[in-house]
Amino acid sequence: MSTLHIDHVSRWFGNVVAVNDITMSIGPGVTGLLGPNGAGKSTLINMMGGFLDPSTGTVTLDGTPVWRNESVYRSIGVVPEREAMYDFLTGREFVVANAELQGLGAKEAQRALATVEMEYAQDRKIATYSKGMRQRVKMASALVHEPAVLLLDEPFNGMDPRQRMQLMELLRRMGAEGRTVLFSSHILEEVEQLASHIEVIVAGRHAASGDFRRIRRLMTDRPHRYLVRSSDDRALAAALIADPSTAGIEVDAAEGGLRIQAVDFGRFTELLPRVAREHGIRLLTVSPSDESLESVFSYLVAA
Amino acid sequence: MYDPTVARLTYRALLGRRRAGILFLLPGLLLVIATVVRALHGVDDQVAADLLGGFALATMVPLIGVIAGTGAIGPEIDDGSIVYLLSKPVKRWTIITTKLIVAIAVTMAFSAVPTLIAGFILNGNGQQVAVAYMVAALVASIAYSALFLLLGTVSRHAVVIGLVYALVWEALFGSLIEGARTLSVQQWALSLAEKVTGDGMIRSDVALPTAVTLLVAVTVGATWFAGYKLRRLTLAGEE
Repeated sequence: MSTLHIDHVSRWFGNVVAVNDITMSIGPGVTGLLGPNGAGKSTLINMMGGFLDPSTGTVTLDGTPVWRNESVYRSIGVVPEREAMYDFLTGREFVVANAELQGLGAKEAQRALATVEMEYAQDRKIATYSKGMRQRVKMASALVHEPAVLLLDEPFNGMDPRQRMQLMELLRRMGAEGRTVLFSSHILEEVEQLASHIEVIVAGRHAASGDFRRIRRLMTDRPHRYLVRSSDDRALAAALIADPSTAGIEVDAAEGGLRIQAVDFGRFTELLPRVAREHGIRLLTVSPSDESLESVFSYLVAA
Repeated sequence: MYDPTVARLTYRALLGRRRAGILFLLPGLLLVIATVVRALHGVDDQVAADLLGGFALATMVPLIGVIAGTGAIGPEIDDGSIVYLLSKPVKRWTIITTKLIVAIAVTMAFSAVPTLIAGFILNGNGQQVAVAYMVAALVASIAYSALFLLLGTVSRHAVVIGLVYALVWEALFGSLIEGARTLSVQQWALSLAEKVTGDGMIRSDVALPTAVTLLVAVTVGATWFAGYKLRRLTLAGEE
């Protein structure tokens, strides 16, 4: 059982701050690192993996610093996001080489290949592999030494649904075995399906942390904005604002409708049609105006 | 100091790439030219020395050195696959020294060996010319490999810089401008060749003790710096 401690870590590249004062602990089980593209997830994972030095702060694995310390790789397995591998090798040669670099041999490599179900294609050149096959061979190379900690950067990118299911099952199993598994993703549903614990990163900052139900609630409880057009906007506005689920309404002349800010998502969705019916108002348009994941994230950062 | 797995990955990467064609092309060209010259001129010690000095040592050895030295590490750093070496409990010094050994071995095999064969074709090793240039090529292989391995570690444009150095500095300035000759691997190697061959066949502008000191200093210094850079190598994300 191993725990990664990220303590007040920041990392900047020139004038750009990629990671801004993040503190978190990643313990046994599966943890999802969630955030939009460019949020600093890869930078953070690279620092956890000892491939990047924090500008300030420390990253330690059970008390040992990971930066410039090759011995931590006996307990860390890394699945990088980048595609590049030794394409001129066969899958088996690649995994065997990784095993040898860990001081192990062909036996361990074969077991890792079996774990990711790649034995059937192990003697083909990596250059001929599909993205999902590459991902699985990368997994095998990270698993040869049965590491206590597994770091995966966007492991589901480019995988088809079946491959995704398989990899999720594998990671779940590794988490259940007591390994510390951390993977990054920009897709909420992906993280939700797999991780019991989620860390949310937005614009380099640690936005939220907790189990997925709490994160999900944070995301659905945030103020929702709607653009509503109806047969009588002002009457509708007057009726809606009387209810506490509505925080604000603006008459948007340019759009020819109402901009409504709802604070209680569940209650508002029930209220709107009921109020309209009671007042004999016809709803012409009801459209959420900020449903993108980025806007959800930016809300979380502000919270 | 040496890791057989790193070595295997390195030489397979070196010989498996398209660039590796040059490794076969240049020595092949040297042997063809040597055969033609021998057929047209017959045995001539001076012609042999000129060809081995002008083509083999001044052009072929540095070019092979660029391909092998930069190719031993540069592409892995560029495409990020070096992460599979760095994420292992293997000392980064060991990675550098292993890659250096492979680069030296490849450069020697593809430059010193053909140089010796060409020398035998040209004048049957008369006045030790073939052996002298082979020694020069062996020594130059070490220094070039270390220099270009360092270049591959510090720059994404290692091949271009290496080619400019090999062709402009070593081949052009090294032959024309006197000051540049003191700072030329080629001249240092020639200084050793001078000792091997008979009287006045090979001339170097650098005295032997200076040459040996500079060769050792450059090789050790470049290797040390490459190891230093690799230890501090960071892998930034794609974002």
